[in-house]
Amino acid sequence: MFKRFVEWMDARIPMTKTWNIHLAQYPAPKNFNFWYVFGVLAMLVLVNQILTGVWLTMNYVPSSEGAFASVEYIMRDIEYGWLLRYMHSTGASAFFVVVYLHMFRGMMYGSYQKPRELLWIFGMLIFLVLMAEAFMGYLLPWGQMSYWGAQVIISLFGAIPFVGDDLTLWIRGDYVISGATLNRFFALHVIALPLVLVILVFLHIIALHEVGSNNPDGIEVKKKKGTVDDAEKPKFKFHERFTKKYDIVDAIPFYPYYIVKDLVAIGIFLFAFCYVIFFNPEMGGFFLEPPNFEPANPLKTPEHIAPVWYFTPFYAILRAVPDKLFGVILMFAAIVMLALLPWLDRCKVRSVRFRSALHKVNLTVFAISFIVLGYLGTQPATPTATRIAQIFTLLYFGFFILLWFYSKREKTKPLPERLTS
Amino acid sequence: MKKLLVALVTLLPTLVFAAGPSVHLDKANIDLTDKASLQRGAQLFMNYCLGCHQMQYQRYNSTFEDIGVPLELGQENLQFTGDKAGDLITNNMPAEKAASWFGNPPPDLTMVSRVRGKDWIYTYLRSFYRDDSRPFGVNNVVFPNVGMPHVLQELQGLPERTHEERMIDGEMKDVYVGLKSDGTGALSAGEYDQAVLDLTNFLVYTGEPMKLERTRIGWFVFGFLLVFTLLAWFLKKEFWKDVK
Amino acid sequence: MSNAPVDKGRRRFLTVATSVVGGAGAVGVAVPFIASWNPSLRAKNAGAPVEVTGLSKLEDGGIIRVEWRGQPVWVVRRSPEMLEALPEHDDRLRDPKSEEPQQPEYATNEYRSIKKEIFVAVGICTHLGCSPQYLPEEMGDHVNGVQAGFFCPCHGSTYDIAGRVFEGVPAPLNLVVPPHYYVDDNTILVGEDKGQA
Repeated sequence: MFKRFVEWMDARIPMTKTWNIHLAQYPAPKNFNFWYVFGVLAMLVLVNQILTGVWLTMNYVPSSEGAFASVEYIMRDIEYGWLLRYMHSTGASAFFVVVYLHMFRGMMYGSYQKPRELLWIFGMLIFLVLMAEAFMGYLLPWGQMSYWGAQVIISLFGAIPFVGDDLTLWIRGDYVISGATLNRFFALHVIALPLVLVILVFLHIIALHEVGSNNPDGIEVKKKKGTVDDAEKPKFKFHERFTKKYDIVDAIPFYPYYIVKDLVAIGIFLFAFCYVIFFNPEMGGFFLEPPNFEPANPLKTPEHIAPVWYFTPFYAILRAVPDKLFGVILMFAAIVMLALLPWLDRCKVRSVRFRSALHKVNLTVFAISFIVLGYLGTQPATPTATRIAQIFTLLYFGFFILLWFYSKREKTKPLPERLTS
Repeated sequence: MKKLLVALVTLLPTLVFAAGPSVHLDKANIDLTDKASLQRGAQLFMNYCLGCHQMQYQRYNSTFEDIGVPLELGQENLQFTGDKAGDLITNNMPAEKAASWFGNPPPDLTMVSRVRGKDWIYTYLRSFYRDDSRPFGVNNVVFPNVGMPHVLQELQGLPERTHEERMIDGEMKDVYVGLKSDGTGALSAGEYDQAVLDLTNFLVYTGEPMKLERTRIGWFVFGFLLVFTLLAWFLKKEFWKDVK
Repeated sequence: MSNAPVDKGRRRFLTVATSVVGGAGAVGVAVPFIASWNPSLRAKNAGAPVEVTGLSKLEDGGIIRVEWRGQPVWVVRRSPEMLEALPEHDDRLRDPKSEEPQQPEYATNEYRSIKKEIFVAVGICTHLGCSPQYLPEEMGDHVNGVQAGFFCPCHGSTYDIAGRVFEGVPAPLNLVVPPHYYVDDNTILVGEDKGQA
């Protein structure tokens, strides 16, 4: 019965073929470590965001008069509305946690290097859209932080010479942030950007499966056809799409091996995720900021405005610069630099495991800078804090600049023939 | 690099401190499962706060149910506004007039505990003191130049700032040591603290009425996840026997 | 590659067990999504029972209309003549004995009411949801020889003064009698059975 159904489907749509190419007969390097679970987790969070988002939309009122009250209506009057809302608000932060770790994985193992440049670019575009999505979503509860956070970030565009003021006016659709702004952000947040996001994720995965997954050793599991003894080949069947041109070594099919492994990762991730949802939804004011439990008031700025934690590294860079325009430029440059990594890194060795001590230090300093900047972005801008932010902004950009210089003639360790573990 | 790290490590605590509140806050040891305390808190709120502050996102009947008050009893003793049991807890103060009376319209208190924190509320309500220069004759240590009168004065009495001569660095100095009520209130100092604690408890409840249910469900979810993750772990180990 | 033989039983058991537990988890996750479609507290409170007072001042043939859960509810005081005329057209009704569960048990009688002179019904035609007109005198225009009843202008359905539907009209069922009880002689609470909640 089932078999006949599959045959019927296969005659009309490449169902089994797709399953085989992308899962059951997709060769994944067998040495994926801890760092390789975050892609799947990002996928899980994306599904969570879409589902809970659709459900929140059913009761949310996108108007400056009704938005705040409708969120509390969801929290108090809708059965399990609080759970849907906390799943969505926690999911927003979780998304950035897993995406940042996912990106850092790529940086450690050189997953942006040839031939994965486009894969990396799609990833960066996902990151950009995700930031826009999070920013616009944060206005929707129409609390004090929603309002003033949006005020500050939209004002950034005012730094652009000549058109800045007109541009901010155009983005807001009013002289202040108002119902008009809320409505357009709502439309983009619930329809346009999720659509773009899903398309980009699709392209990201198509690009990944075209070039194959990188791995912690940064060497290919695809060997030149005919160079590998049959005894050395894995006993698994891979799709001929992969074996036609290459001999595959040290790989295992994604299904079932990585599926079952990812299930464990999902279980562990859900522990943390559900801890926040059920026991600490505000996460000490980092996931839900206290002033946002007060409705937006255009006449009263909260004492201390901080963006949500996932924007704070970039926000700290912005504040570290005493010039408005240059600060904005630098902030965007901080993201552009990441996108340029495939071309800034001129080393032929991918994984940090086989690269120079200098690179290891450089990468560590980059990670520390990102975290310190993130912390500073949550704090009030005292002169000392600004000075420290300036130092770490230099270190942040220093990573990319140094990389460009030393990577060309970097002293690397010899690469192994085959995966090491 | 090393120098920088040292500088960072020494600086970070000061940064954290700088971001903290400038006034010491007393800890409010509330207990959301203490229904008697919640009921006393609700009574205080309805009698002293609701005249000016609304609780417009919370309903009477759900509140009564959650804090263990039978509906009819609640409607009789705790519901002074609105006629239906399912009404939101609002008052009839016109917002524009309120703004002219107090400078700002009195904020809604449904989620004040999530905006300010429980310790702040607990300390704030115990920090009014006499200050004849203010329009209502009182000021507040936690909220300087507050625009509201000391509504609980009939319970606490009117506290004064008290000072003491103390030896500091070999010199006798006049030091502020705290507030002391003039004793005209209906409650003793300890009773007043308890009353404020009850009110704080109630406000924490209204900030997130589903909090107890949320944690209760959370434990079930954890139990489920434990089983699921263990099974997935064994499943993974079993399948990965193929991979060497 | 390890050459140890695969323990198929253990593998199958773990696969099934994980799938079942995972499936149960999926069902659990679905619960809040499904439950959130139930009427919210606001809707429930807006649909709370409605008190109807002033019954003692209601004249014979008079009607009080109230809104309950967004629907019209009629409270009609029937005159002795109306009550006497009720059994006369039983043979022209679809459900003269009120066998369909269109009314609470305490109103399952020949008058379809608790007290025979007071009739309480939801004023929504059982055909397609229009609200029929109350015709205390002119029902004869639509049903021969019947003086009082309800007539639905949308598709011509006709009901007698106990809300029982006549044959040969599109409406399939008698009018709904909502749960209600007498608080006192002057007052009815619509929307709740006695002793409930």
